[in-house]
This record gives sequence, structure tokens and C-alpha cells, in this order.
Amino acid sequence: MAVLVAKRTSADVEMAHGFKEHATWSPYENNGGTCVAIAGSDYCIVAADTRLSLGYSILTRGHSKLFKLSDTAVMASSGFQADVRTLQKNLEARQKGYYHQHGKPMSCPAMAQLLSNTLYYKRFFPYYSFNVLGGLDTEGKGCVYTYDAVGSYERTGYSTQGSGAELIMPILDNQLKSASPLLYPPRETATPLTEQEALEIVKDTFASATERQIYTGDGLEIVVINKDGIHKEYLDLKKD
Amino acid sequence: MAMALDFSGLEPASLRQHSYSDPAAHWEPQCSFPLPKVADLDGFQKAAVDLLKPAHGTTTLAFEFQGGIIVAADSRASMGQYISSQSVKKILEINPYLLGTMAGGAADCQFWQRNLGTRCRLHELANKRRISVAGASKLLANTLYSYRGMGLSMGTMIAGWDETGPALFYVDSEGGRTKGTLFSVGSGSTYAYGILDSGYKFEMSVEEAVELGRRAIYHATFRDGASGGVASVYHIGPQGWKKISGDDVSELHYQYYPPESQASAPDVVEEQPMQQG
Repeated sequence: MAVLVAKRTSADVEMAHGFKEHATWSPYENNGGTCVAIAGSDYCIVAADTRLSLGYSILTRGHSKLFKLSDTAVMASSGFQADVRTLQKNLEARQKGYYHQHGKPMSCPAMAQLLSNTLYYKRFFPYYSFNVLGGLDTEGKGCVYTYDAVGSYERTGYSTQGSGAELIMPILDNQLKSASPLLYPPRETATPLTEQEALEIVKDTFASATERQIYTGDGLEIVVINKDGIHKEYLDLKKD
Repeated sequence: MAMALDFSGLEPASLRQHSYSDPAAHWEPQCSFPLPKVADLDGFQKAAVDLLKPAHGTTTLAFEFQGGIIVAADSRASMGQYISSQSVKKILEINPYLLGTMAGGAADCQFWQRNLGTRCRLHELANKRRISVAGASKLLANTLYSYRGMGLSMGTMIAGWDETGPALFYVDSEGGRTKGTLFSVGSGSTYAYGILDSGYKFEMSVEEAVELGRRAIYHATFRDGASGGVASVYHIGPQGWKKISGDDVSELHYQYYPPESQASAPDVVEEQPMQQG
């Protein structure tokens, strides 16, 4: 039978259960970054900057936060990129398994729920990852799903997550906000923007967020999903 | 010579743990969660909540009256001080005759109420009859009790109409389960109680009851910063639930308190001449 003894050294604490603990170590880091997604009547735009930071340092200017899950679903995640990468691998494996089992790729709404459940599975040791999922639903209309770190999710017309979210969201609300889907009797909620107009808004908001946010900048990756497939674009952002 | 083919690999993970030959298996929730290997689990959970700021939901209410049950809620979710959404569905449609409300952690409520919906459906398939509201709320309460102390945050009401008539239960993440006729849950609940308690009469008509629920949510959103968005009101009758209304609370404000004239709305201060000296 183990005897309960706590042995204190200068930096570590060794408990009787055998785990050594450093007094201030955290399993999480925040690598910064901002993600945006906008849904239209027949397209969806998902975008994220490419800066990877740690504290006041920039680790790289060319890190992609976007991940293609299928031809109709692209995920963008900010937060702790190690957790993000694991989450992406996890979802990719599940999507491949589904494809082999059912003979068709997962639809975006199905992937949205899978992402929610995957995040909640780690409810007691969460993925430090703030996600937006964008794509086309089963009818070909644009859809955006926005998440918190433990898996609560909602389908919306547009969303942002990450360091620049609080700067960008008010602009998107101003330009894109429409009647709430909860209103009853219902009112029309579609965003009447064309694909080009939405792209311009995405580029402008990132340029503005880069000016006022230290974790946003270096480069912008944009992915447009529509019936013609997935189209990628890259532009430079300010590197200071 | 009959050989059973092993299809276990094709079954979805959530059903694999089910064992109908062992009745005690029903007592365990179907999910098992990995835990971090730390000595101080509570400290870790608290630090994780401070770091990740999971979304919170905030004013919900439900009450029974002669015409059934009214369930109403706001639609704001906050992550720390940031309003992450003004359009969260806080009244969750578990099945056509059962409603659940969301207050506390948004992910906890969404996940466990969806899990409850799954288990209610399994009950129907296993027993060839609908589950009672008491039974559904007990399933949820037992699940939450088994996670007691681990940091789940849920204050939910399960409301529905079953063979015994209308029923309303409050279930929370401490594992508590209480039957009652009037509840309000969330940071705005105190304001909602004020309106509900002063206007409640068991003999109310359905229209009066709907208006009372709507007004109570409006007043909570007016005074509580963590509540806002759209006030949704549902009614549960013998045929199940029906959504009655969804109104933007800022529009409700001007319906209830129209400005006396165009120039003097109650929240606009008349311009004062600058003081001299």
C-alpha cells in the first residue's frame, strides 16, 4: 500500500501518485491569429491570416490555419496550433472512415456536428482551438458554423474567431447583419452580398485588423467554396 | 454451423457500449471522457475555464398554468465580456413533446440535451411508448450527478406533456432535480422572477401566459448585461410544443415603452446649455 508523502524540491512537487509537477507549467500556448468565414446564397468564403506567434515573437509568417475537410467543408482555427493540428488530423481520419463506409464524403452540416462532438469529448482537457467551419450545405447554399473551445456551435451567416475577432466582428455586423433566425414569424435572413463584394469585405477587414492587432498580419489565405469547387487565393498583409 | 458475423466495427461508437442483456448497464452514461493527469483537477478546470472562456447562456423561464406550460428564453451568449452571439437557440427541442432550456455552459447544455434526446428515442424503441417527463429529467439528472464536482455548468428545465399531463422539472449540474410549477434560471432570473411572480395566475389564458413570459424575458434583458437578443416563447399543450413568438428585445422595448414624442425618448438626454465659468 502506497504511503502518502509529498516531497518538495525547489522547482518540482512530487506527489505520492507519481506525477511530478512544475509549479507554473501550462499545457497550453496561444499562437494568435484570426479567422473569418462568410456564407452567401451559393458560396462560402473562409479566410485566415498566416502569422504564428508566441508571446512577442513571430515564429513564422507562413503558417496556414485553414484545413480542407472535404470538397464542401473547410475549417479555420486559431488558438494553440498544436491542438489545432491534432484536431485537424482527428477530423480528417473520421471523414476518411465515413467516406469508406458510406461511399460519399461527409456533408458540411454533418461535419459541423462531428466537430462539436470531437471538441466536447475533450471537455475536461479541452482543445485550445477557436474554430469556424465554412462550406456548402446539402442544398448548395453557403453555411458557416462557429464554435467555442468546448464544442457549443451554431449555424450563422458569418463569423470570426481569434485575436482580431473583436475588431472584425463589429464591421461584419455592420455590413452583413440580417434578421435573427430566431424571430417568429420568420423574416428573411440571407446575406444579399455577391461573392466579389464579400471578398472585398474580407480583405478590407483583415487589412484593418492588421493595423491594430499585433497577432494579425504577414499574409492572408482565402478559400472560396462554390459549385465550381474550391478556389484558393493568397495576399500579403503588413509584416510589422 | 450458424456463425454470427461480427459487425461491431461498423457500429457507431455511441451504441457500442450498450448491453441490453445487462440492465445495470443502463445506469452508466454512454460517454467516457479522458481526464488530464494532474493532481489538482479542480484547479486545472478552473484555469481552463478562465483561459478558454466557454460560451455562457443566461435568462430562461418556464411555468405551468391551466392551459399547459410556457417556456421562454433570451438568445445571448457571452464569452467573458465579449458577446459571442445574439442568436443562440436556448430552448432545445428534444422531441416533439419535450423541451429543454439552456442556461450555464452552452456546450454542456447542447451536448447533454442532445444525448438526452438520443436516450429518450432509445427508450421509445425499447419500450414501445414515449418516455415520461419525469423519466427524461431523471435520465439527465443521473448523468449530471455522475459528473458532479467536475466543473459542468448547467441549469436546465425539462418541460413536456405526457400521460400524467403537463410536467416541469429543474435539473442542474450539481445533480439536483426538482419538480415545480414556476422556475427561472440564469443571471437574469431574478429580474424575470419579479415580473413572473407579480403577474402569475393559474387561471390565465394562453395569450396572457405567453405575454407574461415574453415580458419577463424582456425585463431581464433590459437589466442584465448578459441577457439579450431575441425573446423566444414556446407553449406546450396536449399535442406537444409549438413556438409562439420570437421578438427582438429592442423592438419590444419600444412596444412596451413608446417614446412620448419623437424628440424625447426616455433614454435621450435633452441638450443642456453649457455652464458658464
